[in-house]
Amino acid sequence: MNALTSLSLAQARDALRKREFSATELVEAYLAAVEQARALNAFVLETPDRAHAMAEKSDARLARGEGGPLEGLPLAIKDLFCTEGVRTTASSRILENFVPAYESTVTANLWRDGAVLLGKTSNDEFAMGSSNETSCFGPVISPWRRRGSAQGLVPGGSSGGSAAAVAAGLCAGSTGTDTGGSIRQPASFCGIVGLKPTYGRCSRWGTVAFASSLDQAGPFARTVRDCAILLRSMAGNDPKDTTCVDLPVPDYEAAVGASVKGKRIGIPKEYRVPGMAAELETLWERGAQWLKDAGAETVEISLPMTKYALPAYYIVAPAEASSNLARYDGVRYGLRVAGSDITDMYERTRAAGFGKEVRRRVMIGTYVLSAGYYDAYYLHAQKVRTLIKRDFERCFADGIDAVLTPTTPSAAFAIGEKGSVDPVEMYLNDIFTVTVNMAGLPGISVPGGLDAQGLPLGLQLIGRPFDEEMLFALGAVIEKAAGRFTPQRWW
Amino acid sequence: MSVDSETVRRVAHLARIAVADDEVDSLGGELNAILAFVDQLREVDVRGVEPMTSVTPMAMKMRQDEVSDGGIADAIVQNAPAREDHFFLVPKVVE
Repeated sequence: MNALTSLSLAQARDALRKREFSATELVEAYLAAVEQARALNAFVLETPDRAHAMAEKSDARLARGEGGPLEGLPLAIKDLFCTEGVRTTASSRILENFVPAYESTVTANLWRDGAVLLGKTSNDEFAMGSSNETSCFGPVISPWRRRGSAQGLVPGGSSGGSAAAVAAGLCAGSTGTDTGGSIRQPASFCGIVGLKPTYGRCSRWGTVAFASSLDQAGPFARTVRDCAILLRSMAGNDPKDTTCVDLPVPDYEAAVGASVKGKRIGIPKEYRVPGMAAELETLWERGAQWLKDAGAETVEISLPMTKYALPAYYIVAPAEASSNLARYDGVRYGLRVAGSDITDMYERTRAAGFGKEVRRRVMIGTYVLSAGYYDAYYLHAQKVRTLIKRDFERCFADGIDAVLTPTTPSAAFAIGEKGSVDPVEMYLNDIFTVTVNMAGLPGISVPGGLDAQGLPLGLQLIGRPFDEEMLFALGAVIEKAAGRFTPQRWW
Repeated sequence: MSVDSETVRRVAHLARIAVADDEVDSLGGELNAILAFVDQLREVDVRGVEPMTSVTPMAMKMRQDEVSDGGIADAIVQNAPAREDHFFLVPKVVE
């Protein structure tokens, strides 16, 4: 990282307002960093021309004293957000030439507030994965390595490109989407902060859909404060998404540094899973202690449905995906492979356009929704989901303000290490994060420390619906105690 | 419950995904691994539990019943793999 790219988003914002450097200088520093980091494969499309044009406009607005809340700040956007006139692929071959004629609401909000687009980042195909290995552009390589090793590690997924880009100092912040852990797990693997907002806080309009009742957009950044700044711009009501709530957007940044005295933090005993690494348990205890030192109180709680969240997710999410992905038929947009008749064309197109993991999930979803199985699988899973949500509601009714857990059951693993024989092995990565999506709650991952091999481990905080401010306040306490973690540059 | 090769073919056809003969066995194995994993849900007693329909309780938003968009046929067909004027082209579907 050079002098400009090592600034936090908040520091860069303040310096731009004081005209200590220009938005053009900042964007050039980041574009150079992006170019030098191609070995990470984090970006699927770099947009330097657009970045320059946007930065020039930002400089003009800053000169007039009319800069927006994110004026001139260079961001990377997960390639799941449609960007008008800029190719958007969801990292799938089936959309490899898709150029949207419209802008997603979340990115439109960011540009409205003055942010600058650096490029689009890789993700697991259609956000289905926990390692960024299912991207049609190949795996993203984490900027982190085990101490003394040059083996390539995964950045986590599905928003792996966005997380790697933030950790490596290639952007001031980035966007992700989180359906089962796709923001929090890569944030944990990459040693950065990532937040999944409450379902309905950010509009889903213009974001490539995976599982509509679970998908939610959120920010990645190097600090808690930076995430708070980004969320304020991303969130807000949208008439184009009926599940997006009409609630005022608070000044989240004001919550950073707020007192946590007297807050009650739940420690769920069911998250102490068999075989959990000792250093993970130590990290968790340390996190609880940091919050206690800041005046909070920790309470052991029980969330008995925890172990059923992941299996229920693997019914609900594929079912919704099989329906959402029915639109890729080779007719209106995307890839088309010719066939002997229209059905043959559909089948060949989808076989050629979808990767293995996507095909697997679409087929599972089709199976659990098919005649005779709907009640046994889908309806049953939706009832279990009601019980999962009830677990949390009971704790919050008992006065718990937030829940503290590890974000992931392990640190980052090597490329090719997991899931090649049994897909469930990869799914288990999301065991601590998926409950939050099933219950529609907000969750944040904040770096808590490094493991014995020098890899980052994250702590997750889960909040009440629409109480992201509590997560920023508590997250800031952990961040202050744990410090920040930056990978050694090798690329 | 486990799926056999005939079920794999049937589900693939329902999902409109072509599956080659030599992929059926491995695909069946993967699907069975996932189904075995989700089978633990049967332990959960869900009697009297309502299935979730909306994770955030909210009333459906209503809007004025009026035209708010349109006249963008060019934009709608611009990504089509085969088109003629403002029409999508498909293989013949009616004999």
